[in-house]
Amino acid sequence: MNVTLHLFAVARELAQSDTLELELPEGATVGQLREHLAAEHPALAEILPHVLFAVDSEYVDNERTLSPECQIACIPPVSGG
Amino acid sequence: MIEITTKPIDTDAVLRQVASPEAGAVVLFLGTTRRMTDGRETESLDYECFADMAERKLAELETEARRRWPLVGCAIVHRVGHLELGEPSVAVAVSTPHRRASFEAGEWLIDTLKQVVPIWKKENWADGTTQWVHPGLEVPPELKAKP
Repeated sequence: MNVTLHLFAVARELAQSDTLELELPEGATVGQLREHLAAEHPALAEILPHVLFAVDSEYVDNERTLSPECQIACIPPVSGG
Repeated sequence: MIEITTKPIDTDAVLRQVASPEAGAVVLFLGTTRRMTDGRETESLDYECFADMAERKLAELETEARRRWPLVGCAIVHRVGHLELGEPSVAVAVSTPHRRASFEAGEWLIDTLKQVVPIWKKENWADGTTQWVHPGLEVPPELKAKP
């Protein structure tokens, strides 16, 4: 399945794009998404242990399964305020 | 009242949002852009947000604060985009019947905002370099990525 990952702040700059189109196995989890990114987008590898992922604007853990309809976002440590 | 805006924060308008004859206390917190951080001088800041999620998280913070304290009014406004030194980047205003709840709720709101709301700031240092602020990312990777 194809999914779109939205990127922000340092993740966006490292990937040099605000979105990435990714091809993942059907029913892939966030953990598999992390493995895919580490392998296919090495520019992001260094920050991956520090980022969270959000699906449809909610933080999720690595067990969360993904579908093509999901809005998936990579959330580096936040620094608002 | 929740707002993410690229415009300067109108603090009078924020206070009007929470003003009420039912309130005996109003607390307004402003986060403002600071010149010196750990001995380094900032020239300006840029803020970026994930708008959909940030607004949703801010609304959840208001809901949770209203569950914990007897808030009459609650207003959270965060500015994004380019900010010069001394400008407010965030305003949190609450009103309650008595002052203790206003202080507690206001402190909880800004503390929790800084932990969970997907907003990021980039330091534009006076030496010409830039740096996204990501607590816990000890070696800012973008500095390495620069030629």
